[in-house]
Parts: sequence; structure tokens; C-alpha cells
Amino acid sequence: MLYSVFMLALRSVRRNMLRSFLTILGIVIGVAAVITMVTLGNGATQAIKTQISSLGTNLLMVNPGQRGPGGSGGGGGGVPHFTAADALAIQAEIGGVVAVAPLGRASVTVVANGRNWATSVSGSTNDWFETGNWKLANGRIFELEEQVAGSAVCVIGETVRREIYGGTEGLTGLGKLLRVKQFSCEVVGILAAKGQGGMGDQDDLVVVPLQTLQRRITGSRKVDVLMVSMQDGADSVPLKASLRQLMRERRKLAEADDDNFNIFDTQQLAETLSSTTKVLTTLLGAVAAVSLLVGGIGIMNIMLVSVTERTREIGLRLAVGALEREVLLQFLIEAVVLSALGGLIGIIIATAASYSLSMLMKVPYVFDPFINFLSLVFSAAIGIVFGYFPARRAARMDPIEALRHE
Amino acid sequence: MSEFLIQLKGIKKKYGVGASELMALKGIDLDIMPGEFVAIMGPSGSGKSTAMNILGCLDTPSSGQYLFKGAHVEALTRDQRARLRRRYLGFVFQGFNLLARTSAQENVELPLLYRGDDAKVRRAAASRALQSVGLSGWENHTPSELSGGQQQRVAIARAIVTEPAVVLADEPTGNLDTQRSHEIMGLLVSLNKDHGITVLMVTHEPDMAAYARRMVHFVDGNIAKDVENPHPNNVASGDIDLTETI
Ligand SMILES: Nc1ncnc2c1ncn2[C@@H]1O[C@H](COP(=O)(O)OP(=O)(O)OP(=O)(O)O)[C@@H](O)[C@H]1O
Ligand SMILES: [Mg+2]
Repeated sequence: MLYSVFMLALRSVRRNMLRSFLTILGIVIGVAAVITMVTLGNGATQAIKTQISSLGTNLLMVNPGQRGPGGSGGGGGGVPHFTAADALAIQAEIGGVVAVAPLGRASVTVVANGRNWATSVSGSTNDWFETGNWKLANGRIFELEEQVAGSAVCVIGETVRREIYGGTEGLTGLGKLLRVKQFSCEVVGILAAKGQGGMGDQDDLVVVPLQTLQRRITGSRKVDVLMVSMQDGADSVPLKASLRQLMRERRKLAEADDDNFNIFDTQQLAETLSSTTKVLTTLLGAVAAVSLLVGGIGIMNIMLVSVTERTREIGLRLAVGALEREVLLQFLIEAVVLSALGGLIGIIIATAASYSLSMLMKVPYVFDPFINFLSLVFSAAIGIVFGYFPARRAARMDPIEALRHE
Repeated sequence: MSEFLIQLKGIKKKYGVGASELMALKGIDLDIMPGEFVAIMGPSGSGKSTAMNILGCLDTPSSGQYLFKGAHVEALTRDQRARLRRRYLGFVFQGFNLLARTSAQENVELPLLYRGDDAKVRRAAASRALQSVGLSGWENHTPSELSGGQQQRVAIARAIVTEPAVVLADEPTGNLDTQRSHEIMGLLVSLNKDHGITVLMVTHEPDMAAYARRMVHFVDGNIAKDVENPHPNNVASGDIDLTETI
């Protein structure tokens, strides 16, 4: 019986194409909207997480000035800058620290191979590679003598390599000379690419030993940022507290003075950003869920409009001997098939849309089985509620009453 | 136990309550033997349709007894009445009541679906029924592609496809012209004579009632007259081949 009733329901869906189509349409749009929004939101969250972890996990950045990250207040307004000695002190006195890199920065235009490229040059120690999670695609990092002497050697980022030397990723340029301001340095290493993202192009840089930067480019002993990487699993709260205490002492701050530096935690940034995108995802999902609800109301409308025709149909089916439960089952199956079909088409459209949109927005495509499942169940529920209940009313009538229905 | 096919004993039907209460049937007694062809006549509002709906188990009486093949119909549940309709009864309505956008073939197959017959059996039986009402070749037409007379013939095919004991027709020719009406009557006569199906028919037209062998007259919720028709009109219209078997 189930099979034949199922076939009946399918036939009825096919026979009333326009009605079926309109019924499905609302669900399709609703489901597609919900899934696309949530998938894109998840993709964006994922992208931000990847970006942040490529910055280096367990990373603390000590910036001069009171305000937020990015060194915007760096050194300005008479705030004393850091020195390389600060880095050594942190390394020596604070437990749980893996590497400390003093970092100086300058904007330069580099010239070689008949091309020039505006980029930034960073001066630091070999610890910098560790704190920033950098890998080498080719070559080596700095020798100790080079660091002490401030030799004319550099490691270049993938973007700089591509713009100056061209050719295959990570390959060309090694051993060549690169002109930075008024001196030429030998390219001894090429960094593996980290890629584009929300934080800008991280591969657009040239790295030299700190001494080299200070002597040959900036002409000052100033250090802009201290990069501190913690041991895996280290608790950042006490570590940050003792780091702060040490810096206050070294900067000779009195008890009453405010900090004239700030400690920025990438872990914290990651949490803040991903909770922000989560809120956004939820918001988008909620907006889309409204459209799913509107789709459900559309179904209800269509079901109500067709109820006159359907009531007489039900009367006839009862008259020729259908049992109440057979009629009900048919309508239930019909409603569920329609809305599940709508849900499936919605999922297909959503998959295509969110895949191509995430390509377009350069965020990863993350398939979320939960939201797909939820939308499908929800659309089926809408079908049952709005398709089944009008039919139930009709199937409980006396056949003659249903047949006479105007 | 009884040779009667149908027995009505003191059937009453009341519509509405209180001030708007209306006795549509005021105590009907009626015995029908297998193989009869009964025409039910009477003025509008006299309760003919009400009686037909009760006879067809589409509606329940307010009081009284209805015995079908000796079984008490008024004591049956909804599902039991549905099974009784499915097994013994066929309906022809004034307004045809075919499913829209559905082929003649599928309309005729409808009652068989609920009997659980498989597709092959259904198709063969529906084709035979359509053939016997002279609609071979029209199987794939939908109601909107058929004339009124053809639609009513599809409805008759649907009524007889289950090989019922009784066909109940409430004003089957009410929406048709005279020529088409005679064709339909020819079909009903053939069902009755050649296949032994009991036919109960409501009609306003004496010309159509003349085909029946018994005429029951309703007046104001009572049976006023119940007479034999010794010379029923059984001249076929000639348009269709009525010798064809179901
Ligand atoms: N569902 C109903 N609710 C209330 N009253 C009804 C209902 N059906 C019929 N009646 C009333 O019952 C009486 C008998 O109606 P019925 O339909 O049986 O008459 P009829 O003889 O078939 O008339 P007609 O020749 O016009 O078809 C009428 O007065 C009618 O108004
Ligand atoms: Mg009537």
C-alpha cells in the first residue's frame, strides 16, 4: 500500500506542475539563502583563522605607546623606543619564552634586474623567522658573523622575488644582488609564500640582519617591535604579567605611571575576530532564515488556494473507496516530497552559489553538514505543517460534504 | 439470510439544529432486489439526493436501519463503509467529478488503486471499461479535452471498473443534451440487462425514467408512489455498440 500511495503522491505532484513548482520555489530560495549565507560566513571565519595562525601562534607583540596594535603610536610623541638589549633581557628573564626577535622596519624601494619595487625592509635576528612562523623556500637564514657585522645579506619574500626576478616560485634570485637604498645586498634566502589575505600581502618584504638595517638604512639604534613567541600550551596571562613588569622596570616607570608600551596577543586577536565573524554568520543566517519562513508562508498560501479543488478531489477519492488514512498518507507524502525536493534543489543551488562566491571572495569553501541537514529537515517540516493540515481537515469530512465543497 | 440487496427501514435524515432544523427524509422504507433498475423521481428538495447519498454510504442517516446484503450499514465505521463502497458500489454524479488534468485512463483506474490492484491489472480493466462505454482511443484525453457526454461516459467507466453490485447515479443526464442523455441511458440499461448490475438513478426527466423498470416517487421527504414500469424503454440510441461486454 505504501508504495502505491507513494506513486499516487508523485503522480499528483507531476500532474499539478505549476502548483508544485510554486510550492517548491519558496523552499528552494529559503534553503539556498540560509546555506549560502552560513557557508560563506564559515568560510570567512576560516580565512581569518588561517591568516592569524600564519602570523605565528602563541605570539606576543610588544609595541611602544599606549594604544592598540600595528605600531600606529610607535615611537611617536616622545615615547622611548626599544633596543636590542630589551629582547635579550626578555629572553634571559622570562620563563616559557621560546624566541624573542627585536624588529626594526623601514619603507624602501629595491632595485635589481632592471626593475624596481616599493616594499618594506625588516631588520631582525634569526629568531624572527621562528616568531613569525616563516619557512624558507630556498637558501638559508643569517650567519652569526653576518648579524654581528651587519653584512649586506638579505632574505626576500615571495612577492619581492616575483616582482624583481620573475620566474618560478621560490627559485630565482638566490645569490643575486639586490639594491636597497644606497647599498647592495646578496640574496641568501627566499621565504616560502604565506599568501594573500585580509591582513594584506605578508610576502611583500625584505629581511636583513638588525645591525644591517640600523647601520645602513635607518641610521639609528631604534627597534620598533619586540616579537615574543611563547612555548606551545604556555599560559599567556602570567607570562604577559611578568613581561609587563620587566618592561616597566627596564623603561624606569614609576608606580603611578601608565605603561608606555602595549602587549598584543595574536591568540586574543584570533578569538576576537572569529567571535565577530561568528556573530556576523549568525546574523546573516537569521536574515536568510526569515526568507525560509517566507517561503513556508508561500507554501501555505498555495495550499490554501488549492484547497477547494483538493477538497473535492479528496471527496471523490473517499467516494470511490479510499480510506481516510490512505488519503492522508498520500497528502503527507506529497507535501514532504515537494518540500524535500525543494530542500534538495536549494542545497544544490546553495552549494554552487557558495562555492563560486567563496572563490570570488577568496575565502575557503567549508561544507557545513549541520546547516544542510537542518535546512532540509526544516523545509520538510514546513511541508508537513502547511501541506498536511489542510488536507487532514478535508479527509475527515463525510465524503459527500467534501464532494459538495465549493 | 435475505434475498434483498438493499433494505431501508424508517430512514430519517435531519439537517441543522434548532430553528434551522430540517427533516430531509421523514422515515423511508425501501426494498431493492438484486438486478433491479430503479428510477427515483420527485420535485426539487424532496430528498432524492439525500436518500441516494445514504444508499451510497456517502452519508449516514439520523435514524433508521439500512441493510446492505443483510448487513447493518448504520453500524459500520467510516473505514468499513469505505471498504463497502470500494467493493460493491459505483457512483455517477451529475457534475461528472473527474480529476482535472488527469487522463481518462487514470480517472478510470482510480478506484482500482485503492483496491491495491497492480498496474497491469488496472490498465487492462480500465481499458475494458472505457471500451464498453465506447471510448476506445480516448484513453489519454484529459477531461478538458472531452465533451460533456464523453466525460459522463468516463465517469460511468470509472463506476463499473470495479465490477460493482450497484451503480448509483444522481441525475447522470442533468448536464447533458437530449441526444447525449439517451446515449447515457442506453449504457445504464446495458449495465443492468447484460451485466446484472443493480442501477439506482435519480432523474427529473420522465423520458429518462422510462428506461427504468421501477419508479419511486419522493414527495417532501416521503415515498409517495412506488410503481412497476411494465414496458421499460430499452431501445438503444444506436450511436454506440452496446453489445460490447465489460
Ligand atoms: N447539507 C445540507 N445541509 C442542510 N440542508 C440540506 C443539505 N442537503 C440537503 N438539504 C436540504 O434537504 C432537503 C432535501 O435535499 P435533497 O438534495 O435531497 O433534494 P433533491 O430531491 O435531491 O432536490 P433536487 O431535485 O433539487 O436535487 C432540501 O430542503 C435541502 O435544502
Ligand atoms: Mg438532488
